[in-house]
Amino acid sequence: MEQVDVVVVGGGIGGLTCAYCLAQEGMQVLVLERGDHPGSKNVTGGRIYLRPLQSYLPEILNAAPLERAVTKEVITMMGEDSSCTVQFTSDKFREQPLHSHTILRSRFDKWFGERVIEKGGFIIPQRRVTDLMKDDGRIVGVVSEEEEIPANVVVAADGALSLMAEQAGLRGPLAPRYAAVALKEVIKFTPEIIEERFGLAPGEGAAHLFFGSITQGIFGGGFLYTNRDTISLGVVLGIESFVQSGQAAETHQIFEAFKDRKEIASLLKDGKLVEYSAHLIPEGGNRPLPQPYGDGILVVGDAAGFTLNLGVTVRGMEYAVASGYLAAQTIKKAKVMGDFSASTLAQYETLLRESFVLQDMNTFRNSLDILENRRMVGFYPQWICKVLEEIFWIGEGPKKRISATAWNGVKEGLLNPTGLKDLWRLKRI
Amino acid sequence: MDPASKLSVDAFKNDQVPHIIVRQEICLQCDLKPCLRICPAGLYSISEETREILLEYTGCLECGSCRVVCPHGALEWYYPRGGFGVQYRYG
Repeated sequence: MEQVDVVVVGGGIGGLTCAYCLAQEGMQVLVLERGDHPGSKNVTGGRIYLRPLQSYLPEILNAAPLERAVTKEVITMMGEDSSCTVQFTSDKFREQPLHSHTILRSRFDKWFGERVIEKGGFIIPQRRVTDLMKDDGRIVGVVSEEEEIPANVVVAADGALSLMAEQAGLRGPLAPRYAAVALKEVIKFTPEIIEERFGLAPGEGAAHLFFGSITQGIFGGGFLYTNRDTISLGVVLGIESFVQSGQAAETHQIFEAFKDRKEIASLLKDGKLVEYSAHLIPEGGNRPLPQPYGDGILVVGDAAGFTLNLGVTVRGMEYAVASGYLAAQTIKKAKVMGDFSASTLAQYETLLRESFVLQDMNTFRNSLDILENRRMVGFYPQWICKVLEEIFWIGEGPKKRISATAWNGVKEGLLNPTGLKDLWRLKRI
Repeated sequence: MDPASKLSVDAFKNDQVPHIIVRQEICLQCDLKPCLRICPAGLYSISEETREILLEYTGCLECGSCRVVCPHGALEWYYPRGGFGVQYRYG
C-alpha cells in the first residue's frame, strides 16, 4: 500500500476522535478496525461525562446517539447479607449541556465512524494490525494481515491491552497490577419498566456503583447503568488482587453471585439477557504511560492508560476523546514541519499536561493506592452495614441508646490506629 | 446462569484457527494456573488425563485477561483475524 499521513490502529472513541480532527483538516488518515465496524469490539460500563469535552468535540458529542442523561447517582455499600445505599440527585444534572450520559459503544462508535467518513477519513473494518513497521528504531507504519502500510505517523488507539504500545517499546506487557477485568451483561426491558423501576423521568438515567462483599475481598466493585431500553450490569475485578485474594471462585461466578443478591435480583426481574461481554480496564494507579509518544507514534486513550478511578467516579472516555484530539493537533503541526520524530511529537505530552488529561492524572496519582487498601472493600462497607443494622433492629429486650450504638460502631471501626490511618490516607484522594 | 448459556446470546464469527496458543510445556510447570479462574467466559479447563490446559477459543470475548494474568508468558496471544471473533451489538 502507498504511504499515508496517518494510520490509526483501532476504531474506538480515542482513535475516531483523532481521525475526525485530522480528516477535517484535509489530512490523509486511515483507521484500521479489526471488528466488523467501529465499536464492534468495544465495551464500556458505562457513562461519559460531557462537560470536560465541550471545548473538544461539542458538535459530535451533542449530536451523538447516547442513551440516558444521568440525573441520579447511587452508591451501595454491601455487607454479607445487608446493604446501605446513598442516592444523590441534582437539577444541575439536567442543565444544558448535559453533565453525563450513559452510552453503549457499539452503537456510538459506529455512528462516530460514519461522521469520520463524512469528513473524508478512511475506515477499513475487519483489519487487524499485527505488527509495527520499524526502520532503525523509528515506527514507519503498520503490518495488517501481512500487508505493509507505511505511514508518517501511527496512532496507537488499540485499547487497554495495547499491543502497539508494547511493540513500540513504550511499556512492557501490561502487568496484573495495572489492569482490571470487567464482566458485563446487557439486559433488555422496555423504557417504561426502566423508568418505573429506577424512579426516573423519561429520558433520564441512573448510574449505580456497588462496593463491598460482592467482590469477595478483591479490589473492584459492581456497576449498573440504565440505558434507553436496556441496563448495563457488571463487575470489575483488579487482576493482581484477584490472584492474591486466594479466592476459589471464578470471575463469572463472582458476577453470578452479585446478580443473585436480593438487592440486584429484584431489579433484573423479567429482563432478557441480550449480550455478555468482557473487557480490560487500565487501572494504572492513575499512572499513565510515562511517555505516550515515540519516533513516528502517538498513544491515545486506554492504550496510554488515561483512565481515572476514584471509587465514586470511574472515567476513561473523556480522556480518550481529549487525548485523541490533542494527538491530532500534534500531528497537524508535525505535518507542517515535515518532521514526525519523537522530538516534534513530544508536543503531544505538553498539550496533555496543559489539559485536564494529565492534570487529573497528576492530581489523583495516589488515589488507587488508597482505594486498593483491602479494608476499603473488605471491611468498611460491611462495618457500615453492621452499625446500621444495630441501629434499625428492634429486638426482644430493651434497646440501647442509638448514640451508644453509633459511638461503639465508630470506636470499633474508625477510632483505632488502623482506622485513623485509613482516614488520614483518604485525604490524598 | 453458566457462561456457555450467556455466550449463546452473543454474535460470534469463528475462525478455523485458534488465536491463542497455549505452550503446554510451560503450563505443566505452573502451580497457580490463574487462567482457569480469570476467564469471564470460562474457556480454560484442565485435562484430567494429560493435565494439559484446554482452551475453547471459539467463545473468546477478547478481553485479554488471560494474557495479563499468566505468570509465565505461556500464551502466544493474538486477537482473532480481522472480521472474526465476537462482534458486540451493544458494547
